[in-house]
Amino acid sequence: MTLVAFALVLWGFGWWLNTRLAEGPRSGTRAIRLAIPLIFGATILVVWELVVRGLEVPLVILPAPSLIAARVAGSLPILWADFVQTFVKGALSGYLIGCGAAFLMAVAVDRSEFLRLGLLPVGNFVAALPIVGTAPILVMWFGFDWQSKAAVVVVMVFFPMLVNTVAGLRETTAMQRDLMETYAASYWQSFFKLRLPAAMPFIFNGLKISTTLALIGAIVAEFFGSPTLGMGFRISTSVGQLALDMVWAEIVVAALAGTLFYGLVALIEHHVTFWHPSQRR
Amino acid sequence: MNGTGQQPELSSVVSAKGLDLTFQTNDGPVHALKDVNLEINKGDFVSFIGPSGCGKTTFLRCIAALETPTGGSLTVNGMTPDEARRKRAYGYVFQAAGLYPWRTIAKNIKLPLEIMGYSRQEQDERVRNVLELVDLAGFGGKFPWQLSGGMQQRASIARALAFDADILLMDEPFGALDEIVRDHLNEQLLALWARTGKTIGFVTHSIPEAVYLSTRIVVMSPRPGRITDVIESPLPKERPLDIRDSAEFIEVAHRVREGLRAGHADE
Amino acid sequence: MRQMLAVLTVVATLIGLWYLACIPMNMQGVLVEAERAGAEVSPPDAAVRREMGGVSLALRNGFAVPATWAQERPRLPAPHQVAVELWDTTVMKKITSKRSLVYHGWVTLSATLLGFGIGTVLGVLLAVGIVHSRVMDMSVMPWAIVSQTIPIIALAPMIIVVLYSVGVQGIIPKAVISAYLSFFPVVVGMVKGLRSPDAMQLDLLRTYSASKGETFWKLRLPASMPYLFASLKIGIAASLVGAIVGELPTGAVSGLGARLLAGSYYGQTVQIWSALFGAAILAACLVGLLGLIEKTVLKRMGMA
Ligand SMILES: Nc1ncnc2c1ncn2[C@@H]1O[C@H](COP(=O)(O)OP(=O)(O)OP(=O)(O)O)[C@@H](O)[C@H]1O
Ligand SMILES: [Mg+2]
Repeated sequence: MTLVAFALVLWGFGWWLNTRLAEGPRSGTRAIRLAIPLIFGATILVVWELVVRGLEVPLVILPAPSLIAARVAGSLPILWADFVQTFVKGALSGYLIGCGAAFLMAVAVDRSEFLRLGLLPVGNFVAALPIVGTAPILVMWFGFDWQSKAAVVVVMVFFPMLVNTVAGLRETTAMQRDLMETYAASYWQSFFKLRLPAAMPFIFNGLKISTTLALIGAIVAEFFGSPTLGMGFRISTSVGQLALDMVWAEIVVAALAGTLFYGLVALIEHHVTFWHPSQRR
Repeated sequence: MNGTGQQPELSSVVSAKGLDLTFQTNDGPVHALKDVNLEINKGDFVSFIGPSGCGKTTFLRCIAALETPTGGSLTVNGMTPDEARRKRAYGYVFQAAGLYPWRTIAKNIKLPLEIMGYSRQEQDERVRNVLELVDLAGFGGKFPWQLSGGMQQRASIARALAFDADILLMDEPFGALDEIVRDHLNEQLLALWARTGKTIGFVTHSIPEAVYLSTRIVVMSPRPGRITDVIESPLPKERPLDIRDSAEFIEVAHRVREGLRAGHADE
Repeated sequence: MRQMLAVLTVVATLIGLWYLACIPMNMQGVLVEAERAGAEVSPPDAAVRREMGGVSLALRNGFAVPATWAQERPRLPAPHQVAVELWDTTVMKKITSKRSLVYHGWVTLSATLLGFGIGTVLGVLLAVGIVHSRVMDMSVMPWAIVSQTIPIIALAPMIIVVLYSVGVQGIIPKAVISAYLSFFPVVVGMVKGLRSPDAMQLDLLRTYSASKGETFWKLRLPASMPYLFASLKIGIAASLVGAIVGELPTGAVSGLGARLLAGSYYGQTVQIWSALFGAAILAACLVGLLGLIEKTVLKRMGMA
């Protein structure tokens, strides 16, 4: 009980500290902006730890963070193998194929006003559908290994990427197009010099949305069948064995992978679309 | 489109005969240009002036083949506007600078040169020259958003000058600038025109600007857009800024104002 | 009108491609059946056939093409087969029947809606807190944004099992998953929306010396509506996915996810496809409904 009381006190202290920082004179600085969420996150972790110990919450309901950390440290080879199987082989290859195919398709569609008119609503419609549901079918077609996961990812990222790219390639002002016209620029000249650069913010928006979708697709597809490794496989079997520390360890890996993947794409975006108002400062 | 009675000594660059343009909009047709007749000769500096919506921009766009007339005939250098466009006859300066934000100023100016297939070396040389011309030497590496509005507008003029178009079409290029910068650019534009002998079509809302710059001033009036008066300027080709205080200048400005009033009274 | 025509053309093309794809996909199976039924198949050796592609087989066995659209358990069912199955399992079955897709759809839908409702309410409340409290903004908002980049759906199996072990089962665990999947998009979208009024509009209310509450009700909340609806559409789609995935790990017997799983166990491809289309139709209806509500609400507020 004392641990729980201590947790409450600590929570109060963390909040008080953050309030002081947030309303303090230097709250706008980078350091404080970074410190506050970190303090908040750390407080949650410590409170979690204390409450789990204080109330003696059983492992099968909620393992303490320290236990999860120990599990991560102790199972690095397994986690790495799962990561390679699910992220590198499944998610990443599917992401590259799916986004690449969607991009080429968008370029093709862009040439025809009629196609664009027809495909955009259909694409928007499909992008809102629960596409992970295709996983059992694709597992049946492509087998249990990573190829089927990559296929699910391809299907999942294709439409958001297509819709964004098609929309982006339209994102030029009449004046910019007229300028190209007065130079009598050819289709591909105005594509590479005007429409493609102008579309970059949209393309990256699609690429960013797709990072998360890729990871979701690869993990969920493994729930429908996989070889005896992979993040989704590990999660579903560990849940069955009530080894929740392992489940959490995989979730930590998934969270890290997702954030880093997204961060990497956002970083590239920052370098490519430095000129866009949203990226300047 | 033959038999365009050209005078032998003055070669006609733009020739409009009975030009008509009607936009089909959702709430009925808009008659933007009606029976427009105009000859622009080589080396002319023609200003277009008139109330908002009288079709100045539309006429300029017709010349540059950005708009297709619905009636009448229009030739540029004896060709259709579209053929002239393919021969890269136009430098067009839009009302806003319209620089590409992802390119530096120098790269923006290179844009038409890349499209028209100039060599690397030639590109660099031309960029250097036109940057000098518009007083932007040293700003080539900057991005458009790092420049003031006036500097951006000058860069867009430099972009139109970088290649050898014989016709320069400018749609209110100095509309957004302050008086001082505007005077300065007006002077430079005149110098450039004198040096290159380009044919210039220039849209403005400012009477003094039109009078100061032009050899001819075309007064237009709206609904439907048409030409109501064409005033030949008696001013000499050499024009210092203080010519604007001369009696001749004030006389021409007065005629332009009268022409504008008359157009208004018609409504 | 032109748009309509374009959409119809695209859809018709897709269906046509689908029929075409059925031929090579199902050819192997069809030929095996045809051989068993005594038909002349080329090449006659099954082992040789297995090495061949579906297209070349189809070219050599033209007679078998129609059969590829009528198999019992095809690798890829033809569109009309899925349509017939959908019709049979919705309109032709009693709603209470275990084989009715309407029944399974309702099981999933109820969990989706419950979870979506909870997630939305909590999300809006947190967004209001974030907009009005600097500490909350600076502590929580970065994590809410980061949460969008991680596949939190991976938590689903664990939530089901943990709740099961403490005696909670049925609709609640699925609703919990749906709730947290719709929660974060709503928070992020709503914060953006509540912050969308520009400084001039806020200053205007300040000159009236309006209170925080009045500013909220008269300016921030109405201004946030377009953003709210945009994120609600994302949220409900995520909720539905959550409810479906929530049906996978326990081997649930009812719900669209259960139909998918059962179909994949028993190789009932037509069943999988019809469950998939059932889910798609459900998602489309939910998003469409939200779009309709959005339109009327915005119209009544004079924003659309
Ligand atoms: N693309 C278009 N579609 C329909 N109507 C148009 C279009 N472009 C111009 N118009 C109409 O044609 C008329 C002339 O327009 P234009 O832009 O040439 O005027 P302007 O003289 O340049 O005016 P301003 O001085 O304001 O720039 C206006 O009535 C305008 O509404
Ligand atoms: Mg204009």
